[in-house]
Amino acid sequence: MMYSEKVLDHFSNPRNVGEIEDADGVGEIGNAKCGDIMKMYLKIDNGIITDAKFKTFGCGAAVATSSMATELIKGKSIDDALKLTNDAVVEALDGLPAVKIHCSVLAEQAVRSALSDYYTRQGIDPLPIVGEIKEPEE
Amino acid sequence: MEKRFIYADNAATTAVSEEVLSAMLPHFTKAYGNASSIYKLGRDAQADVEKAREKVAAALGADPKEIFFTSCGSESDNWSIKGTAEMMAKKGKKHIITSVFEHHAVLHTCEYLEKQGFEVTYIPVDSKGLINPEDVRNAIREDTALVTIMYANNEIGTIQPIEEIAAICHEKKVLFHTDAVQAVGHVEIDVKKQGIDMLSLSGHKIHAQKGVGALYVRKGIVLPNLIHGGGQERSKRAGTENVPAIVGLGRAIEIACTDIAEKAAIVTPKRNRLIDGILEIPYTRLNGDRDKRLPGNLNISIEGIEGESLLLMLDLNGICASSGSACTSGSLDPSHVLLSIGLKHEVAHGSLRLSIEEDITDEDVDYILEVIPKVVDRLREMSPVWEKMMNGEEVK
Repeated sequence: MMYSEKVLDHFSNPRNVGEIEDADGVGEIGNAKCGDIMKMYLKIDNGIITDAKFKTFGCGAAVATSSMATELIKGKSIDDALKLTNDAVVEALDGLPAVKIHCSVLAEQAVRSALSDYYTRQGIDPLPIVGEIKEPEE
Repeated sequence: MEKRFIYADNAATTAVSEEVLSAMLPHFTKAYGNASSIYKLGRDAQADVEKAREKVAAALGADPKEIFFTSCGSESDNWSIKGTAEMMAKKGKKHIITSVFEHHAVLHTCEYLEKQGFEVTYIPVDSKGLINPEDVRNAIREDTALVTIMYANNEIGTIQPIEEIAAICHEKKVLFHTDAVQAVGHVEIDVKKQGIDMLSLSGHKIHAQKGVGALYVRKGIVLPNLIHGGGQERSKRAGTENVPAIVGLGRAIEIACTDIAEKAAIVTPKRNRLIDGILEIPYTRLNGDRDKRLPGNLNISIEGIEGESLLLMLDLNGICASSGSACTSGSLDPSHVLLSIGLKHEVAHGSLRLSIEEDITDEDVDYILEVIPKVVDRLREMSPVWEKMMNGEEVK
């Protein structure tokens, strides 16, 4: 299995690991049975993601994609974060092995899941804005 | 702590030893004859192949005529199982017995035969990774063509009651094959005493090169030819002999099967120190019976973390190891071996296999025991599964 230097870098020195105590949105995706769980915490101020942190149970690619996804959305508007695709995460990591592409989908969905939670907390139905959250197939 | 390089994955492959390499080297550039040629260069090559065959036979307690060289353990498994199936189908026997936790070389061969109209019974293993010979007895039918049970498991290292299983097979007049790829060189094997009809072995697990193996076939069993062509391997497996590899295998098995008990006496305490040290980490368990296992094997599940991440972290610290996680198997399912002994998926994902040999130093063991808890702590700190476990929440 060939991981790019960037994947290995984000795996061995993951950015934004941890929790945000007073997070405005928390999302979790995946299950332990299939081997990957990502939990994402967002701090949102005036529609801007001011901080993002994650916790991940999973393989090297799962950790690296979580790390990269948080990097890509930090400082961005919610609208921009909603436009984050798994392809963008893969590209930013200089590629992923084919069997690991699902990890990048998890990272994308973890961001959306946290944003969905943010809207729910605001009393706003997240579905029309964020769309359905795709859970990985078992 | 100074970084070390420790190869602890000898069940995956081994280095070609200096002694084996020096036995092989002349056969590349000087003694390069084709073993089928009539002149001295060829005859010498033939003689060296036969000497290697004698060494393999001696290591197994077999007759040299019962040894066939192949390209790997998987080829030996395929040949013996499919060959026996073909042979016995002519007698109307189309039932095969194997176990649920065989190597894929056996499992996928059996699955292939199922598609060809054979019936396969998969014997379960208990929570310690051991097969009950009585289960084999109860599975044998009138139309059973073959029983194939691995000698020692490649992941959890458990050693099966081969002699008892073979005795049952003989009593019921059924042929018995064993994949002994992991066992050869680590446990004493005597095919005659143990009643083994066919046995697969591989070179690269015992310090020969990759790409060479052997199959023992008891005299009287006539397997169909595997490769049609020239007269090599008594016409059963045609193709010019890979003389350097075969010579290397001969030397390697000779060394591996000398002083097996002495080597085990050196490696077992080190292995046990690793087991006890790693089990000090909370929420860990040893997979496979503690005593009935290969002397250099340990397999431990570490809850709350995922295996591939663990391996990458260990690699960053210079330790080569293996895992049964889905991510290392290339599918979404974790190791079938770990599931077969009753592990939950999420626990099987976090397994670690170390396979060591007697050359590992006490300092290496110290180093591994220093690195693993740190790496586990780090991975658990970032693991939402661990967080849930610590909060007493259910892990799904």
